[in-house]
Amino acid sequence: MSPNPRFRYLTDRERVLGPLMLAPAVLYIIGLVGFPFLLSIAFSLSDVTVGDTSLDFVGLANFRSVIRTPEFRRGLVNTVFFTLAAQLIIIVLANILALALSQNFRGKWLARTLLILPWATPVALGTLGWLWLLDSKFSPFDWVLVQLALLGPDTLLGPSAHMNFLAREYLAMASVIGVQVWRLLPLATVILSAGLSSIDQELLDQAEVDGASFWRTLFQVKLPLIAPIMSISLLFSFVFIFTDLVVVFVLTRGGPVYYTMVLPVWAYFKGISGGSLAEGAAIALFLFPVLMAAAILILRTARRMEVA
Amino acid sequence: MKVLRRAGVYFTVLPFCFFAAAPFLWMLITTFKQDRDLYRAQNNPFLFNDPPTLDNLRLLLFETNYLSFVRNSAVVGLLVVLITLAVALPAGYSLARLIGKWGERAGIGMFLVYLVPPTLLFIPMFRVVVALGLKDTIWSLVVVYPTISIPFATWLLMGFFKSIPPDLEEAAMVDGYSRLTAFFKVVMPLSISGIVAVIVFTFTLTLHEFIYALTFITSSTQRTLSVGVPIELVRGDVFYWQSLMAAAVLVAIPVGVVYSFFLNQLVAGLTMGAVRR
Repeated sequence: MSPNPRFRYLTDRERVLGPLMLAPAVLYIIGLVGFPFLLSIAFSLSDVTVGDTSLDFVGLANFRSVIRTPEFRRGLVNTVFFTLAAQLIIIVLANILALALSQNFRGKWLARTLLILPWATPVALGTLGWLWLLDSKFSPFDWVLVQLALLGPDTLLGPSAHMNFLAREYLAMASVIGVQVWRLLPLATVILSAGLSSIDQELLDQAEVDGASFWRTLFQVKLPLIAPIMSISLLFSFVFIFTDLVVVFVLTRGGPVYYTMVLPVWAYFKGISGGSLAEGAAIALFLFPVLMAAAILILRTARRMEVA
Repeated sequence: MKVLRRAGVYFTVLPFCFFAAAPFLWMLITTFKQDRDLYRAQNNPFLFNDPPTLDNLRLLLFETNYLSFVRNSAVVGLLVVLITLAVALPAGYSLARLIGKWGERAGIGMFLVYLVPPTLLFIPMFRVVVALGLKDTIWSLVVVYPTISIPFATWLLMGFFKSIPPDLEEAAMVDGYSRLTAFFKVVMPLSISGIVAVIVFTFTLTLHEFIYALTFITSSTQRTLSVGVPIELVRGDVFYWQSLMAAAVLVAIPVGVVYSFFLNQLVAGLTMGAVRR
């Protein structure tokens, strides 16, 4: 590579070359993830605000004060609940869809283009589309329900001609979960498709020769084989939903009242809009132990299944 | 039996296509509607009750900074992809081939960085960006986004390189190549689908990212699509719905079509990088 014999000598020694090639990545991560992470812990233990940027140690006071707010408690419950609900729906739907897409059929190219669209759109803009779809006055869902005589005076869904999806507690929660499923289903499907495409065709042919039914092949051959990659997919969508701020920020801003609040949004409102950097950092840090536990659990399961 | 199976596939896939794409059809219809058509609740919302108009597109393209947002998103995406590849390709190779036992652990460590997401870091990161003198420019995003993409890219490429037989490089090295030359001339050409997967994932990540862009940048011309559109086209309580929907569709359709071209490569890259480890 290099005309300089000394350099060439160094890069030929693998004990030198290995760390040398790894160094930029490690330095980048230490500098811009490790350091800010420590800073975030320091913030959470201090009284720093946007106006007063000095870090004075206050112990766990921030954690104590944020835990006491109803927004925080509801936010914690919602963050976990939205994640589990969306996750469950995504993994079931993604499996069905990936199995269907593993077949060849006419129009597959078009189908795949349509299916990938939500993933090709910035989440904030896709969510804006849903905000308009769920509008309190002009939602097309309202219009369809009224035409079907399901909504309006003397109908099943009540006297008002509007569902008011985002103003009612449970409908707003369901909407947030729905949008999370919508935006992450393409990614989960792509990952599971990769898993399915790696299955040895001979194995499937053999199963067919042996007379295994569709369901038997599915549950005893395909699903066990893609289990490890499914756990990777689970981990990804878990992290994406659990730490997501955009969907709630754009769709409901945590409302009605604070019934759809999630921790990331509450951290933004407190820390940036409210100016209390310390409290914001403390709220965000509550995400970490859960993330850690989930990751260990999922990776362990993956490893056990690989061994088995 | 075969007919039945084919019908089953269509019955499965079509509802999914509807779920994924119908919102975009709704956005597309909205884009071309006049105000008095849009805001009359008794109108059939799926039809043009008044003639369609291009005014909303004109507003979006020429009276807002939308084109700046598009340019900023493209520049940030491109540069972050380049930085990510420049850092993650050697790191992935090093972990796969050169750093034995440590590689395994470092690889898992890299993956765990994913657990320290932007949501956890945006408050202190703002301070870091200010200290670096990058506040309020797209350069703050160019510097910070690789922290999200490098861990994933390194992990995926490590898996990818491991699935390439080491004999290939060893043969090249017997022929007189150095390790580095073998990496560039033998391994890289075999890794195209892994590199495509990294490019697509990294670009998507920069396109979607919201919280850093919202926190670091306050002047309109420096904003990216993700933050610029909701902030510029929602003024107080007034939503410019048609232009907002146009803004989303104009990104979604071209990017979606490009992605669908690379989908096979993407799946192949994931298969080698993440499945056959």
